[in-house]
Amino acid sequence: MSTVVETHDHGHHGPAKGLSRWLFTTNHKDIGTLYLWFSFIMLFIGGAMAMVIRAELFQPGLQIVQPEFFNQMTTNHGLIMVFGVIMPAFVGLANWMLPMQIGAPDMALPRLNNLSFWLLPMAFGILISTLFMPEGGPNFGWTFYAPLSTTYAPSTVNFFIFSVHVMGVSSILGSINIITTIFNMRAPGMTLMKMPLFVWSWLITAYLLIAVMPVLAGVVTMMLMDINFGTSFFNAAGGGDPVLFQHVFWFFGHPEVYIMILPAFGIVSHIIETFSRKPIFGYSSMVYAMASIAILSFVVWAHHMFTVGMPLAGELFFMYSTMLIAIPTGVKVFNWVATMFRGSITFETPMLFSIAFVALFTIGGFSGLMLAIVPADFQYHDTYFVVAHFHYVLVPGALFGIIAGAYYWLPKWTGNMYDETLGKLHFWLTFISVNVTFFPMHFVGLAGMPRRYPDYALQFADFNALISVGAFMFGLTQLLFLFIVIKTIRSGKQAEPEVWEGAGDLGLEWTLSSPPPYHSFTVQPQVK
Amino acid sequence: MAYIKKVFTKFIFVIPFLFSSLIFSESSDYNMPVGVTEVSESIFELHMVIFWICVVIGVIVFSIMFWSLWKYRKSKGAVAADFDDNFWLEIGWTVAATLVLVWMAVPSTQVMVEAYDDAEGEINILITGHQWKWHYEYLEDEVGFFSNLSTSQEQIDGDVPKGEFYLREVDEPLVIPTNTRVRFLITGNDVIHSWWVPDFAVKQDAIPGFINTAWTNVPEPGIFRGACTELCGIKHAFMPVVVRAVERDEFDAFIAEKVALAEEERLLTSKVWTKDELMERGESFYATNCSACHQANGQGIPPVFPALVDSQIALSDSSRHIEILMEGVQGSAMAAFGDSYSEVDIASVITYTRQAWSNGENGDGVIVTPQDIVAYKNRIDL
Repeated sequence: MSTVVETHDHGHHGPAKGLSRWLFTTNHKDIGTLYLWFSFIMLFIGGAMAMVIRAELFQPGLQIVQPEFFNQMTTNHGLIMVFGVIMPAFVGLANWMLPMQIGAPDMALPRLNNLSFWLLPMAFGILISTLFMPEGGPNFGWTFYAPLSTTYAPSTVNFFIFSVHVMGVSSILGSINIITTIFNMRAPGMTLMKMPLFVWSWLITAYLLIAVMPVLAGVVTMMLMDINFGTSFFNAAGGGDPVLFQHVFWFFGHPEVYIMILPAFGIVSHIIETFSRKPIFGYSSMVYAMASIAILSFVVWAHHMFTVGMPLAGELFFMYSTMLIAIPTGVKVFNWVATMFRGSITFETPMLFSIAFVALFTIGGFSGLMLAIVPADFQYHDTYFVVAHFHYVLVPGALFGIIAGAYYWLPKWTGNMYDETLGKLHFWLTFISVNVTFFPMHFVGLAGMPRRYPDYALQFADFNALISVGAFMFGLTQLLFLFIVIKTIRSGKQAEPEVWEGAGDLGLEWTLSSPPPYHSFTVQPQVK
Repeated sequence: MAYIKKVFTKFIFVIPFLFSSLIFSESSDYNMPVGVTEVSESIFELHMVIFWICVVIGVIVFSIMFWSLWKYRKSKGAVAADFDDNFWLEIGWTVAATLVLVWMAVPSTQVMVEAYDDAEGEINILITGHQWKWHYEYLEDEVGFFSNLSTSQEQIDGDVPKGEFYLREVDEPLVIPTNTRVRFLITGNDVIHSWWVPDFAVKQDAIPGFINTAWTNVPEPGIFRGACTELCGIKHAFMPVVVRAVERDEFDAFIAEKVALAEEERLLTSKVWTKDELMERGESFYATNCSACHQANGQGIPPVFPALVDSQIALSDSSRHIEILMEGVQGSAMAAFGDSYSEVDIASVITYTRQAWSNGENGDGVIVTPQDIVAYKNRIDL
């Protein structure tokens, strides 16, 4: 068998030319690139929607858009950022890095891999096209609570449902691929507890996706039946139950929240150990913490529904189970800090984003803990305090994790070092603007401004103006990121295989050349 | 630009005080309201306790982190140690985190038990969320009314200056007596709404097909303003909650007046109405209840909200017109008005929409009277 491989002419195995390279590719690096660019484009589309929202909210009164369009913007902003930016970016990073980190030549199921990517542009093409239809796009919030999303929805909701189905298929196929790859294609000697943390984080995430994506598909199918086929799953007038929708949705929705953060945990763990020049502290407790978070995520869903009218015992159960999540999450933060302790620390751009991740994600964790306290949640629920909370865990949390990962691995992918000065400028502008945008939201929320309001009372005006200024600054700053990425692809100092000082000992990807060959690890390395 | 400058100058001065004001003032624009009830005060205290626990943990963790970043930076020649685990440290902080959580859970449970109490009240009020207004019904006295936003569209559009209570004012607030246990029974008529009064710390979803309960006991008279907090469609931001708490005797007088008014309404049904009387009443009803969707000019916002001008139903099918008003249209945003409004209101708004704009000239000009509505109801009852 081995003789066959060695006599094969490797010269023919470069990428195909032109558009067909991208349409028909089964190469994990190409598909990773496609995912990352898709996510980057969606970041600007979803971001533009956020800019519309912030422009309208800059002053009280209706100036720029009408409430109907405003609701379409909040809905699509949420859907695009969750399903079109954060999730595909993590899948893109997984496609690039998992085979290289476990010493595999490619993903286990390359054709499936191609399909799971190309489903995504279809899904989002369908979703975004609804905005141009006469009735407008989905306008019921990204959580699409029935009956607003069924009986009272515009008819374009059917396109939305189809698009969610397609996204779900894409995620499930991607997850099957990742699990299969991790279990079957690790280099000899790489036992489970020797796997890099990013691989662990994705193994857990993939299981979460397989568990909950069918639930999401189920709930949108029930909507489809209610809307078109006369069933009454969520229609009280027909004997249905609108609250059932929320239970099913959040049974998907809460694990989904961790799907959007676990891979970031993996990424920042690698970055912190690299730039502290010290192995990650408490590797096994990091793995157990991620597993605990994943398991707990299935028993906390109703903390999104504390005002829905649950019995006292239910409210208390979901409060306690939610508070429990603070333990593994706290352990992770302590481990990151202990990794930095007595290290030899430098502050390259990926490290800056990771430090900001630890600090700001923890702030999001604190507000999450406050939200878990049921009686206090009666005051916080559905106000800007919640908006502040989940943007802290998703923007300086998930998105910073992705940006940090992009800077960390970009020299490996392209073979060129990015411009460190511009990277630091990008970091500081982003760091300042993200806080100017999202920190004041805590205050307007506590003071009583509900979320998803196109217009608001006068006492919230000053904070909203400040938030809008921060948001515009944040949005513009990301154009700088685009510029840096393109500049790095086109030119830059030649990157060493190791890229970062001492990284050669940290993972197999750093033993490959920068950029790595189109087909890497055709002979699997031996892990000791 | 002047506006941006004004806001920025303001914030330059605010920033240093931001944290101190959060810390020292009990009630501020930056923090949760203390509220006026015992429950709201307990919740505020709980909120501050949890907040301070988080602050202390944050200060400890971040101090260690930033101190480590400073102390062990490579540019100062720090050499990395090579430890990567410490079993007892891991156990230690896991146990510490658990203890802190138990410390938080105890008062949280106490306050929750205090806030959660669905025993009957002395006064029981049925609150129904409609797109996009609240309906209040005093169950003991069988009187009720709608509470609509009273801020004008001109203020929202910026054509006239905004008033002090912009978007926080209604035509008719809910009135409750002080020092009385008031129970709210909360439900939704169409989609899910959520009834929130921060000063009472009451927020409860208004869900079609469900009746949720909440309660309050307000010690002092006052006007308390809240909002709808569950996305309920286009006018989600435009259906505020306003509650007026008054002394008991004033409340009794208010109820007596409402009961008398309701009696008057019932008498109006049997009165013989002229077209002009119906038109006048219908026009004001239309402005309050219909124009949000069907628009003041009757053109609607097709295809979601159909136009009434030149609609076949408004021109030539008065029996279907009555049916729509009474039963709503399934699968659309058109609600059933039959149970919520008097026969006079329904008849007058049908008459109005059949005569207004160009419909009077183009249609059959049928006048629908309150007696027609009574007849419809009797027919349905059979």
